[in-house]
Amino acid sequence: MNPVRKKRLYIVLAILAGVGIAVALALSALQQNINLFYTPSQIAHGEAPEGTRIRAGGLVEQGSVQRHPETLSVDFRVTDGAETVTIRYQGILPDLFREGQGIVALGRVDADGVLVADEVLAKHDENYMPPEVTQALEKSGMMKHYEGGKQEYVQ
Amino acid sequence: MNWTWFHKLGSPKWFYEIGGRWLPWFGWAAAILLLVGTVWGLAFAPQDYQQGNSFRIIYIHVPAAFLAQSIYVMLAAAGLVGLVWKMKLADVALQQAAPIGAWMSFIALLTGAVWGKPTWGAWWVWDARLTSMLILLFLYFGIIALGQAISNRDSAAKACAVLAIVGVVNIPIIKYSVEWWNTLHQPATFKITEKPAMPAEMWLPLLVMVLGFYCFFAAVLIMRMRLEVLRREARASWAKAEVRALVEKHA
Repeated sequence: MNPVRKKRLYIVLAILAGVGIAVALALSALQQNINLFYTPSQIAHGEAPEGTRIRAGGLVEQGSVQRHPETLSVDFRVTDGAETVTIRYQGILPDLFREGQGIVALGRVDADGVLVADEVLAKHDENYMPPEVTQALEKSGMMKHYEGGKQEYVQ
Repeated sequence: MNWTWFHKLGSPKWFYEIGGRWLPWFGWAAAILLLVGTVWGLAFAPQDYQQGNSFRIIYIHVPAAFLAQSIYVMLAAAGLVGLVWKMKLADVALQQAAPIGAWMSFIALLTGAVWGKPTWGAWWVWDARLTSMLILLFLYFGIIALGQAISNRDSAAKACAVLAIVGVVNIPIIKYSVEWWNTLHQPATFKITEKPAMPAEMWLPLLVMVLGFYCFFAAVLIMRMRLEVLRREARASWAKAEVRALVEKHA
């Protein structure tokens, strides 16, 4: 490569490296603000701001969903394996909402430590399966392992 | 290593001829792959156990998102070649690929929103993956606008190349956003090191669609670049002869 081209190549690479470092520094400074939600552990350790609307995310704990028969309101606990947060929500839940499913709830934590949500989003994971495979897994009792694997993944 | 093919690419006439020879191959491959992939994915692939039929949007969403990012990397590579080796064809490729990339980003965002509504319960969430993808779309808009706004061709080429190269920083951010931060968007189903978190009867049609999208992109890019080469070389004798021959053929 002739020297002029080599010089131009180095200048371009230097610009790219400079921009890359600047963006990396900016993103690492904004680390917490880019996260869409706080995990229950972060909320329990006081890392989430108090008195404002926050998003909490995690898996809906098995057997924690309590529906009030007269209204649309529903209480459930969200866990990340270490800590849990109780969430109260009134409205229609997304189709994917069920126990063991990852969700993200937007709302305010009240005096009792309950997150009163006005929006609940279901989080889909990266696993796809035909229904027959799921049924076969459930029959053989392997679904527990599969869901357990997801719990580990979240931690 | 023999670099003659690379230097030949600097000749617009050579590209026009060789591109014309490749075009039907890419065109037919794209048509067949897209047709097979669409029918296979939409009609024959099994449903998902959670999402039912709405997961089928993956057969458009994932190839479009792949392509949106690949095209941007291609723009940056073309920008580098244009800046360092001053190859005119690199600028043609950059300018002509940018609108295709913008459309692919738009399709990925749109299909993602359509899928997000039933699955997540929201059309749009400001999480890291979605936001960085939106920034990619705006980078494409920036490159297109910059190319159109500067009338001097050399200055426009230089400005677009710099923007394309600087913007490539966004690509790893899109790729790893789902791992670095808590996002609503799920992590990648396909990783090079692991087997996909999806059975073969679901990912095979997806593979066909991805290949089809790449062939489609190649065909459209060659068509657009050949036209642009003719336009830019309008004063050259070979281009004049070519246009005359084309007009006579269609007259």
